Amino acid sequence: MFEHILEVKDLGIQFKTAEGFLSAVHGISFNVKRGETVCIVGESGCGKSVSALSLIGLLPNNGEVYKGAIKFQGKDLTKLTSDEIRKLRGNDISMIFQEPMTALNPVFTIGYQLREPLKIHQGLNKARANQVAIDLLRQVGISVPEQRMKQYPHELSGGMRQRVMIAIALACNPKILIADEPTTALDVTIQAQILELLNDLKQRFETSVVMITHDMGVVAEVADRVIVMYSGEIVEQGDVETIFNHPEHPYTQGLLASVPNVDLEQDILEAIPGTMPNLEEQISGCRFHPRCPFATDKCRETKPDIFSIDQHDVRCWLKEAEADGQASRIISN
Amino acid sequence: MVTMIIKRLIQLIFLLIGITFIVFMAMHIAPGDPASIIGGPTATQSDILAIHHRLGLDKPIIIQYLDYLNGILHGDLGFSFQTNRSVAQEIWTRLPNTIDLAIASMIVAIIIGVPAGIISALKQNSWLDFSSTTLSLAGISIPNFWLGALLILVFAVNLQWLPVGGLDTPFWTFKGFKEILLPAITLGTGSAAMIARMSRSSMLEIIRADFVRTARAKGVKEHMVIWVHCLRNALIPVVTVIGLNFGGLLGGTIITEQVFAINGVGRLMVESIASRDFPMVQGGVLLIAFIFVIVNLVVDIVYALIDPRISYQ
Ligand SMILES: Nc1ncnc2c1ncn2[C@@H]1O[C@H](COP(=O)(O)OP(=O)(O)O)[C@@H](O)[C@H]1O
Ligand SMILES: [Mg+2]
Repeated sequence: MFEHILEVKDLGIQFKTAEGFLSAVHGISFNVKRGETVCIVGESGCGKSVSALSLIGLLPNNGEVYKGAIKFQGKDLTKLTSDEIRKLRGNDISMIFQEPMTALNPVFTIGYQLREPLKIHQGLNKARANQVAIDLLRQVGISVPEQRMKQYPHELSGGMRQRVMIAIALACNPKILIADEPTTALDVTIQAQILELLNDLKQRFETSVVMITHDMGVVAEVADRVIVMYSGEIVEQGDVETIFNHPEHPYTQGLLASVPNVDLEQDILEAIPGTMPNLEEQISGCRFHPRCPFATDKCRETKPDIFSIDQHDVRCWLKEAEADGQASRIISN
Repeated sequence: MVTMIIKRLIQLIFLLIGITFIVFMAMHIAPGDPASIIGGPTATQSDILAIHHRLGLDKPIIIQYLDYLNGILHGDLGFSFQTNRSVAQEIWTRLPNTIDLAIASMIVAIIIGVPAGIISALKQNSWLDFSSTTLSLAGISIPNFWLGALLILVFAVNLQWLPVGGLDTPFWTFKGFKEILLPAITLGTGSAAMIARMSRSSMLEIIRADFVRTARAKGVKEHMVIWVHCLRNALIPVVTVIGLNFGGLLGGTIITEQVFAINGVGRLMVESIASRDFPMVQGGVLLIAFIFVIVNLVVDIVYALIDPRISYQ
């Protein structure tokens, strides 16, 4: 019906703080196709999590979408009432989080927490929900699921808990699964297992995945397309081969120069000197120019347009000089 | 769990023996001679000595203590210096009133404290939150005797809705309910305030927890998020406060029974202290300590019931 299950257009998110309203995401646009895995990468604090939370209407109390639209199957989620979007959550759009150790409620059994979305969205009775839940646990690779159902979160390891979270998220066969750094808190071998599981399940459930990460190794593992964010903006997006083989934005190049398969967090500092600006900092021109080795006067003064060839978008003036004529230019501000 | 309970009951025995020692010594070392009170102002020196002898107060204090302890171990709390009646008997007849008052006060404290704290947290920084935290502060600072007197003045003397004092029916009957209402509010206010403060801070912490976000991400309805996912977690520390406050409440019965002329253990204790009725005071303190420990044992059991992470080996 729709080629894109999710269309995000010029999404802006701001927070009410002691210093007034501060914009954390300044107008990002991207699409997600059916069955596709889109990775959003970028340094800590660039706005990945708040973007993800806005997609399911779970921004913190002091946050709001101040511009743009989030179209899910053609419906603008930003226009829905809180109860309408609640009915989508865990049903059509699910989310899993970074910290499996704290993401489950300590005082309820795994079974209770897994049955919940099935009861809410599909109206299953307890016995039926139990059957489905046990099957889900088996699908996410949990042994003796009948017994796990009666256990409490503290009786499970971190990797197991993340599997349970995945089972909960997939319970109602969502169209989109948003995963906010689902493996960051896990150790390396478990990380690989969880990524493999996600890759496998996404095919079985035919779910689109929006995966948030700051680890280029994870991107290489799962992504069909990559969105690179910097300081509340998308600086580059394209399919995974293009981004890895022909990165155009100096920031993306910096990210990739930080040794592959190693956490960005530690190495980004060496690859790209400087730090990301705070929300309250006013920056003229390109938001990346203070850290960019190629910055020109134009970069310092005027915000770059987006240059696009074959669905490879780059927000950088260098691209204009290189590719003028062939690239289509999306003027934005 | 069963081993934990048995262990705690064994500890309780030693604890109670310790308490008898402290109270016994405190009473005997404190100034004031029961014999001169019993003998009255006209008693001669030899009268006093005779009374001392009759009460066993002429023996060395350690021997007196061991005699007393020996009696307790045989289930004998001794006899009142004043009335010569059995201490156990005297306390037993007054105990229902005190228990009545303590439980009713705790119910008042929980009914007011928990919802006030939770609503406060949910509407953080609203006028509702502000008034509830201000009232809590007042509730903790207002002395019981003052609040009791004020309530009597307004609701019993001026409005004449409720009796001025006395208690002779259990609180779940209508008459008993009317009798207990003012004393229970008087005594329960302080605990209500503490419970409200703890509920508020605990709830504020819980509503920011990751698992609450997970519940919302599953599409759980907002009222279920609060009253199912948050509440049970938020109540864990509140249960501790309730247990600890019960001790305070028992102590508080002393003043409240006095103000409302309730014939309970508290009032008995005040009279017994005034007349240096050693066995009576010792028996009363022992009983209150016993109840306090039992209540805290119950709290620990409740703890394990609401928090699966706690298991007693
Ligand atoms: N509730 C909030 N109030 C104010 N600022 C916030 C809030 N949540 C996030 N931010 C800010 O928004 C920016 C983006 O945060 P986030 O999306 O969590 O980054 P990340 O890319 O690491 O996931 C950060 O600068 C962060 O400080
Ligand atoms: Mg994040």
